[in-house]
Amino acid sequence: MKDEVTRDERVANLKGLGCSRKRVEDARFTQGKGNYIDDISLPGMLHGDFVRSPYAHARIKSINIDAAMALDGVTAVLTAKDLEPLSLHWMPTLAGDKQMVLADGKVLFQGQEVAFVVARDRYIAADAVELVEVEYEELPVVVDPFKALESDVVLREDLEGQTEGAHGPRKHHNHIFTWEVGEEEATNAVIDDADVVAEETMYYHRTHPCPLEPCGSVASMDKVNGKLTLYGTFQAPHVVRTVASLLSGIEEHNIRVVSPDIGGGFGNKVGVYPGYICSIVASIVTGVPVKWVEDRMENLMSTAFARDYWMTGKISATKEGKITGLHCHVTADHGAFDACADPTKYPAGFMNICTGSYDIPTAYLAVDGVYTNKAPGGVSYRCSFRVTEAVYFIERMIEVLAIELDMDPAELRRINFIKKEQFPYQSALGWEYDSGDYHTAWDKALKAVDYAGLRAEQAERVAAFKRGETRTLMGIGLSFFTEIVGAGPVKNCDILGMGMFDSCEIRIHPTGSAIARLGTISQGQGHATTFAQILASEIGIPADSITIEEGDTDTAPYGLGTYGSRSTPVAGAATAMAGRKIRAKAQMIAAYLLEVHDDDVEFDVDRFVVKGAPERFKTMGEIAYAAYNQAIPGIEPGLEAVSYYDPPNMTYPFGAYVCVMDIDVDTGVTDIRRFYALDDCGTRINPMVIEGQIHGGLTEALAVAMGQEIAYDDMGNVKTATLMDFFLPTAWEVPNYETDHTVTPSPHHPIGAKGVGESPHVGGVPCFSNAVQDAFRPFGLRHTNMPHDHWRIWQAANSLGLHD
Amino acid sequence: MTKQIIKMTVNGEVQEVIAEPRELLIYVLREKLGMTGPHVGCETSHCGACTVDIDGKSVKSCTMFAAQAQGAEITTIEGLGSPDALHVLQESFKEHHGLQCGYCTPGMITRAHRLLEENPDPTEEDVRIGMAGNICRCTGYQNIVKSILSAAAEMNASKEAAQ
Repeated sequence: MKDEVTRDERVANLKGLGCSRKRVEDARFTQGKGNYIDDISLPGMLHGDFVRSPYAHARIKSINIDAAMALDGVTAVLTAKDLEPLSLHWMPTLAGDKQMVLADGKVLFQGQEVAFVVARDRYIAADAVELVEVEYEELPVVVDPFKALESDVVLREDLEGQTEGAHGPRKHHNHIFTWEVGEEEATNAVIDDADVVAEETMYYHRTHPCPLEPCGSVASMDKVNGKLTLYGTFQAPHVVRTVASLLSGIEEHNIRVVSPDIGGGFGNKVGVYPGYICSIVASIVTGVPVKWVEDRMENLMSTAFARDYWMTGKISATKEGKITGLHCHVTADHGAFDACADPTKYPAGFMNICTGSYDIPTAYLAVDGVYTNKAPGGVSYRCSFRVTEAVYFIERMIEVLAIELDMDPAELRRINFIKKEQFPYQSALGWEYDSGDYHTAWDKALKAVDYAGLRAEQAERVAAFKRGETRTLMGIGLSFFTEIVGAGPVKNCDILGMGMFDSCEIRIHPTGSAIARLGTISQGQGHATTFAQILASEIGIPADSITIEEGDTDTAPYGLGTYGSRSTPVAGAATAMAGRKIRAKAQMIAAYLLEVHDDDVEFDVDRFVVKGAPERFKTMGEIAYAAYNQAIPGIEPGLEAVSYYDPPNMTYPFGAYVCVMDIDVDTGVTDIRRFYALDDCGTRINPMVIEGQIHGGLTEALAVAMGQEIAYDDMGNVKTATLMDFFLPTAWEVPNYETDHTVTPSPHHPIGAKGVGESPHVGGVPCFSNAVQDAFRPFGLRHTNMPHDHWRIWQAANSLGLHD
Repeated sequence: MTKQIIKMTVNGEVQEVIAEPRELLIYVLREKLGMTGPHVGCETSHCGACTVDIDGKSVKSCTMFAAQAQGAEITTIEGLGSPDALHVLQESFKEHHGLQCGYCTPGMITRAHRLLEENPDPTEEDVRIGMAGNICRCTGYQNIVKSILSAAAEMNASKEAAQ
């Protein structure tokens, strides 16, 4: 048999690893044919809407639903009293706490769910919400976590007297947990003895992931067959199924959870929200499908904030700048309920990655979680669990230490990086970094931007400013980050007791195409495109002939979902491993067809060839056909495989970012002149998709660093509940980014990939912030808190006397 | 509430719908006419996910009553191209990775279509300011801008070829 097609052409035909394959999702999205939660409409479907608390802290004296129920078109109004007989008025949170589904006696934050109205359409539901009469008695409001720890006001009366929480002892009635990692005494001793110590307190403000599509669900209880179908904006559909089963008592096989197309998640769609529970209960009560979709204000006020960490650091070094110790304390404002989405053993997520990319021999971290009258949440907004906080902390501490040492911050980083030969590297706070080559990445980045030239230009600008020739300063923002993603090894990572493995199941069809199903769910990352590429390279079937399906728990294998950049490190690994099982069986079939021993054939791109006789081969298509249609002694028919992958370690992507920013001292207006991003995410599956992820992550970083926040007044009123006040950058504010990369594969991942979606956010926030702070460094600024909106920058300039 | 009959042309077809005066255009399009391409993202005219084209102008249909569209000529994403003949912008967004989750995309493309009608040969700056009413949370806009500029070039080239 003569092969007209060259090997290179066969490789290209697969569109496998490394190919900038165009996305298969885009045909439907560009034609308006996506299928998002609010597009789902079932016969007889009713609409649910919430009565929400206008107060941040109040006792509920009474709820009168009579007027609402009397309105034509209203089917039901649920309150905590209706949910109590079902034990659904409270629900467990992902962090070991519990949360009110509907206000039980009191409300603890503005926007809290008080009653759930079910009506014929969304307009009647909104009318009925207005007709529910709730009598409140206001209680003292606590929005400051430090004051909360001293206040006599008890927020969580349900926990009164409980001195032990889900994560150890509670020190005060508004205290949730203390989490400690590292050696406190040794760290204090090192810091006390050090040549130089830099200290700083920084507030990483509260913000919100704010995906363009808000959260929602459609529950449909089929009472004839006893089956519940729940559609929703779920980043972890299988977890939702298990939780729904545990809460409702409906056996898990009778629950089907479907995540349709999801309009962005960024962590917002990991948690389980009262709206989901209420739509289920309402469907059970009414016997017809019930839809609940929150509006933007409800989204920003009630579903899943991010950050809100007060971080105090001490970093010590020798005179030469070699870091000797790091001490970090965090006061973490968790709001009214501890609903953080972190693996069980990590109540502050992976905050203990806060030693960053540096070889810091001794370190200590303590985090105190605190209740306040704010919305619950604490999700990982486009990052692995609390990694943005950790990286911001260390990248600011490095800058402050550089000021203390009177040293260039690029050089200070360089002399403290973990060296290539130190990997796998054991960090002082307990992580084993898998691989890295930080010096190479850093040098490449600094060279690409002509760092020395930038510093010279900046010095000239400062001189010109002092001479009164310009009112515009120039900041050079640096950051070097190490992410920790791919949660995670089942031995230390679980959520509600469920181990954080992931899965892939593959079926090869007789004519040589395939379908693969995974336990993850894309929210824009392009899994249908990229996972097919992993598989194409593993099994030799073109990516265009492989369908990827996710999000339907009736068909997909169990998995823990998509967040914390875990899809590629965990489900991507499962995909490769399942592919290898397919290949192993294909090898036996090929050997039989070619009449040689199994060991005498080898895989080559899209076929098995007889070793030493490349003209004798069987393509994967031929093998697939034979697998189903030919009796092969000793081999079962069919060609399928499933893999559940428990990762041996996390993966540690890293990167080097540089931002050049001009700042108008008199208006606080900023202009991002240049942003260079070098990312190392190990093996690159689809460079086009990677770059797209980086552009997006950097833009969300720009938002957080430069203006986006969830702000409260002293009464607990949310001041930023619409897009009028909550900053989402438009095309006008966003620069063009320069992307670059190095490739340091993960040694333990089957294809060496590390995950990338969140890296640019993690590294981007400190980079933008450092650019602002760097501009004012020559005038004596040590640190100013984000977000760096024009007003705050103006204030910083003013406090330095630059307006005098 | 008294309902009224609203007659409008949507994607070339005359439609008559019955709606209350308070019903928003976006819900009438999505729920009464089945045009689920335009989405609801903010209800305050900021995000542009609901953008449709009305009588030659880009309009945020989440803050317009359906009754105000009496007699109007409306184009939604569904009317821009067909599966067999995609609009140049739809092709270009696919080609340049101008979308990720896809939620903003219908509004984004519908707005870009009007932008290029208003200004067939825009600069990058024109595109960035002209698209500033449409928010995308995923892409960082770089590839959206690229998609629109590329579509403009292609449309201009085919116009020239036709002349």
